[in-house]
Amino acid sequence: MSTRTVEYLVQRTPEMAPGGRLVQVPVLPGGMEPELHGEHMLINIGPQHPATHGVLRLVLELDGETVVKCTPHIGYLHSSFEKLGEYRTWNQVIPLTDRMDYLAPLIYNCAYAMAVEKLMGIQVTERCKVTRVICMELDRIFSHLLWLGTTAIDIGAFTVFLYTFQERERIYTLHEALTGARITTSATRIGGMMADLPEGWIRELRHFVDTVPRTLDEVETLLTNNQIWIGRNQDVGVISAEDAVSCGLTGANLRASGVAFDVRKDRPYYDYETYDFDVPLGEHGDCYDRYLCRMEEMRQSLRILDQAIERLPAGPMNVDDPRLILPGKTDAMTDMESMIHHFKVVMEGVKAPVGESWFSVESSKGELGMYVVSDGGSKPVRWRIRGPSFINLSALPTMVEGSLLSDVIAVNASLDIVLGEIDR
Amino acid sequence: MSDKPFTDALEDLASGASGGPQSASPYGEAADASTHESVAALVARFGSAVQHHAIMAGDEHVVRVPASRVMEILRWLRDDPAQRYDYLADLTAVDWGGGRPIDVVYQLWSIPHRRGLRLKAALPLDALEIDSASLLWRTADWLEREVWDMFGVRFRGHPDPRRILMPESYAEGHPLRKDFPLRGRFSRAEQTRRALAMPVHEHYSAQEIAVATETEAHARREPGESP
Repeated sequence: MSTRTVEYLVQRTPEMAPGGRLVQVPVLPGGMEPELHGEHMLINIGPQHPATHGVLRLVLELDGETVVKCTPHIGYLHSSFEKLGEYRTWNQVIPLTDRMDYLAPLIYNCAYAMAVEKLMGIQVTERCKVTRVICMELDRIFSHLLWLGTTAIDIGAFTVFLYTFQERERIYTLHEALTGARITTSATRIGGMMADLPEGWIRELRHFVDTVPRTLDEVETLLTNNQIWIGRNQDVGVISAEDAVSCGLTGANLRASGVAFDVRKDRPYYDYETYDFDVPLGEHGDCYDRYLCRMEEMRQSLRILDQAIERLPAGPMNVDDPRLILPGKTDAMTDMESMIHHFKVVMEGVKAPVGESWFSVESSKGELGMYVVSDGGSKPVRWRIRGPSFINLSALPTMVEGSLLSDVIAVNASLDIVLGEIDR
Repeated sequence: MSDKPFTDALEDLASGASGGPQSASPYGEAADASTHESVAALVARFGSAVQHHAIMAGDEHVVRVPASRVMEILRWLRDDPAQRYDYLADLTAVDWGGGRPIDVVYQLWSIPHRRGLRLKAALPLDALEIDSASLLWRTADWLEREVWDMFGVRFRGHPDPRRILMPESYAEGHPLRKDFPLRGRFSRAEQTRRALAMPVHEHYSAQEIAVATETEAHARREPGESP
């Protein structure tokens, strides 16, 4: 695996003790207030709080300003997607998937379609493969840009938000041209895509790929060497490689701790092994390394997009199988056989054989696994999402216990969670 | 879809019969253990504890083991240097409905060996209890809480066996069970009434309430009074 270690561009701040640990300054000198010693306080953050990125609720037990225990309470946005999926046909599940992670909807659409296609043994067309790679890499940037903007706001740098959301707006426009929707894309179908790429879309995408690095550069000049940014991020929320694997962290959160695990490299799908890209690795496992990893990931995604645009083949988008794909409107209206196929696909839905499949992709937040179980009918027996945010959030207590209250916000932001998927 | 192939497969498993072709069985056709290094090693070490081995969707190896031995097998898979399944990708359950056993599914991945394996243990509905894997992988903590919340499977030795997505006082059962109606067991009016009537302390865990009570007691004490 080709990897690249992110290098620190600046010296560590002087408040660091030898060995790089943060010097913990006691809030009150010892013995000054014996009454306060040992008295713990509960503080409740959320569920309605701008820095929790949704309806997350954290209950913190504090000793002075030090967090003794952190208990996340989730479920405020529970919509029972998995249960709903069991009452819908295979294709009808797709709109549920993009409502889980509305920050990177296309990745979820693609991952679900891939899992079902694997279960059914369908090989999608080359054009569809490359299109889905484009969709997934575009949404990786889409999600990282939101993470960058909101994290900067949480830590007190407002300007970055304006830069990143301006770029996100351009991706929204690309989404809209591709699918007709800005967030709830529902772009994939079993065996292909909802529609072929609209005319001129690749030209617009090319323009985006060419111009977005300038914004990334500008944002980096605002943050990377910024003393406040460094002070709030370096050596905050440190998690060792061993702990990170045990906690099930994936994505940039895991790689910032120096573990080279990326589904695109370790279990390649859609010919990712033929794309030339690097996986950035951190070494300290702190918020700052997570920031550097994500910044580099965006640049690597641009590299993949660049190659994907070059190799996008002509030809059909959908598989040539009337049991899966709806016939063209004219055919359905004029040709008896097409009309029957149309009727069967709409009324009965696509059928999957008895069995199960697990398919995982590298989403913007980590390993996104889709586990589908079929009893041979047109609806799943079980549709399970291994959500990266859910599991990344479960590591939050490990990362913040023992640190200061203000670090909780920075660490929570650096995990890049989305509550739609956590609460499912 | 009839339940016939499934019950046949179950009977075969129970009687230890090798069985004929079971292409329609949800267990999948029995596969050759030598096709996967870890499965071959499992068979060599645990023998009959490997009840069934199948290849699903082309390249996914699924091994069925008895629930009573899950812990022992998982621990060995994690620690043996030739296996090193250090990353528990997922832990979930599948309810097939119709009174059939609930499967607990472990999705394992070895980062050093780049190898995956799926382990399944069937739990009959009248004994929904299995050892907790949270001592082996910390990620199992929340995943097991979710399985308890959604399926009602108890995990022995779990450090914090609370519900996770539904409130602790949720009285309608376990939503992902097949016998659970899509809209829940209570009427919409009753659900709303219960949600609004939920007392404040039910929003906190017992541990948090203990801390809050202690703080309150401390605040009421006179200065200098010993606790």
